[in-house]
Amino acid sequence: MAAATTIEAPNRRDFLFLATGAVGAVGVAALAWPFIDQMNPDASTLALSSIEVDIGAIPVGQIVTVKWRGGPVFVRHRTAKEIEEAQNVQLSELRDPQTDAQRVQKPEWLIVSGICTHLGCVPIGHEGKYEGWFCPCHGSMYDTSGRIRQGPAPLNLAVPEYKFLSDTKVKIG
Amino acid sequence: MSGPSTYVPKSAIGRWFESRLPVMGLMHSSFVSFPVPRNLNYMWTFGAILSFMLIAQIITGVVLAMHYIPSATEAFTSINDNIMRDVNYGWLIRYMHTNGASLFFLACYFHMLRGLYYGSYKAPRELLWIIGVVIYLLMVGTAFLGYVLPWGSMSFAGATVITSLVTAIPVVGVPIAHWLWGGFAIGGPTLTRFFSLHYLLPFVIAAMVGLHVWAVHVTGQNNPDGVEVQNAERDTVPFTPYATIKDLFAVAVWFILYAWLIFFIPNYLLDADNYNIANPLVTPAHVVPEWYLLPFYAILRAIPNKLMGVIALLASIVVLAFIPWLDRNPVKSAKYRPAYRLFFWVFVAICIGLGWIGSQEPNDTMSLVARILTAGYFGFFLVIMPVLSFTEKTKPVPVSIADAVLAKKPAAAA
Repeated sequence: MAAATTIEAPNRRDFLFLATGAVGAVGVAALAWPFIDQMNPDASTLALSSIEVDIGAIPVGQIVTVKWRGGPVFVRHRTAKEIEEAQNVQLSELRDPQTDAQRVQKPEWLIVSGICTHLGCVPIGHEGKYEGWFCPCHGSMYDTSGRIRQGPAPLNLAVPEYKFLSDTKVKIG
Repeated sequence: MSGPSTYVPKSAIGRWFESRLPVMGLMHSSFVSFPVPRNLNYMWTFGAILSFMLIAQIITGVVLAMHYIPSATEAFTSINDNIMRDVNYGWLIRYMHTNGASLFFLACYFHMLRGLYYGSYKAPRELLWIIGVVIYLLMVGTAFLGYVLPWGSMSFAGATVITSLVTAIPVVGVPIAHWLWGGFAIGGPTLTRFFSLHYLLPFVIAAMVGLHVWAVHVTGQNNPDGVEVQNAERDTVPFTPYATIKDLFAVAVWFILYAWLIFFIPNYLLDADNYNIANPLVTPAHVVPEWYLLPFYAILRAIPNKLMGVIALLASIVVLAFIPWLDRNPVKSAKYRPAYRLFFWVFVAICIGLGWIGSQEPNDTMSLVARILTAGYFGFFLVIMPVLSFTEKTKPVPVSIADAVLAKKPAAAA
């Protein structure tokens, strides 16, 4: 058994084996990436990243749905009662605690993504126990600040990046 | 099980061919001389029915792809105007394909419940069963992708709900969703990739069916008495003509049902909302999947936590692959397992109950019932099966298949 314990010096075959294996592994990884990355949002999709919305014609109490990056964004002109309800909620009651002030720039304008944080359906406005939104897919309920109150959704409706260009104009994105 | 082939080609050309590529011999040993347990009942014809449904789906699908346009602006009209009205017999082929999917699943559920009832997953058929679970998963995937293609409002909502399941994964969930969509929401790029994969997966299914059939030809079929073949002379009959004719008869009866669906109630199993074009800004008032996925949808909705709901949904299918090791009772057939037989039918009722709940609007009462039934669904596999493995008092099992058959006809035997 002495031969088995002898350590042979690496020969040319060992070198070729390792070198081929290393180049092969790098090659597979380099070739796999283009095939994975081709599925990511393409340049034309990324180019549509911001829109301007004229909010001057939205009366108090109405929700307008605008399309941003292929999906809905709710622009809600809140009534005094809705603002009050949104502001008077104890943070301890919330699943995803956020004050109303953290979610709006001007109290009368609530701008949130229209994608239910559960599985992506579009919730229906002025519905549900809290009269914010009700998702018809799995019954999630949001309040007048777009915060999750009941149902399976884990998070509040997302607030997109936006900026008031004037009193009647908002740039989303 | 499949003994040495005794196939000898009759013609000189046949012998020349056979000595170079023994395809005819393989067909002969698999579908002519293959020994079939002599006690099989009609529940064993669903394998043949499923093969025919797969072929029907592939042929109608290839034809539909000649007329369908996978584009967010044209997909809806290419089906509802072009294929349904203008293409010669387009309406027929389209209804064959959509209703074919339903009947494919119906036959698949009979096939799976047959396996569950008669213990077809037990040794030595564990791998055969697991390949079947893989085929079922591929079928669910293919059906889901196909349902998106008409680009109706329910297609869009279904695609949104199912792809959004990945957003339950912490941190990387949302980037994965954007990667799946090719955008920030379901859109044109999603449709084209779904079409590509919907065309691919049926051929993967066909390959897996090849493995499934290969595996069953190695172990031989299970049978209603669940005792293995001991003496091929006494216990079996040749596949042709016995199984061939019986299978063809069952397929013919099944196709009557298929034709009735296509010609008399072609929209009964479809959703009226899907005749509205997809609108990313509005979700239909009542989002439901096709009937064959309703039980899983009910399990998803039953759990009030997003991540746990998604895990329960996946677990409800993955658990099937572990059945061979959850049920350790050496007796295969429910015929000789009175307690298991009772729980089997309770399980069937639970599945139907979950399906019904999945079709209803979500509310507090429904959620409660859904939770109870979900517990029952998992309880059957994770509690009842292991407990009955060791505690059930089984009835005496016949010594052989021949004994079981002859015991039923004492007069004829005498």
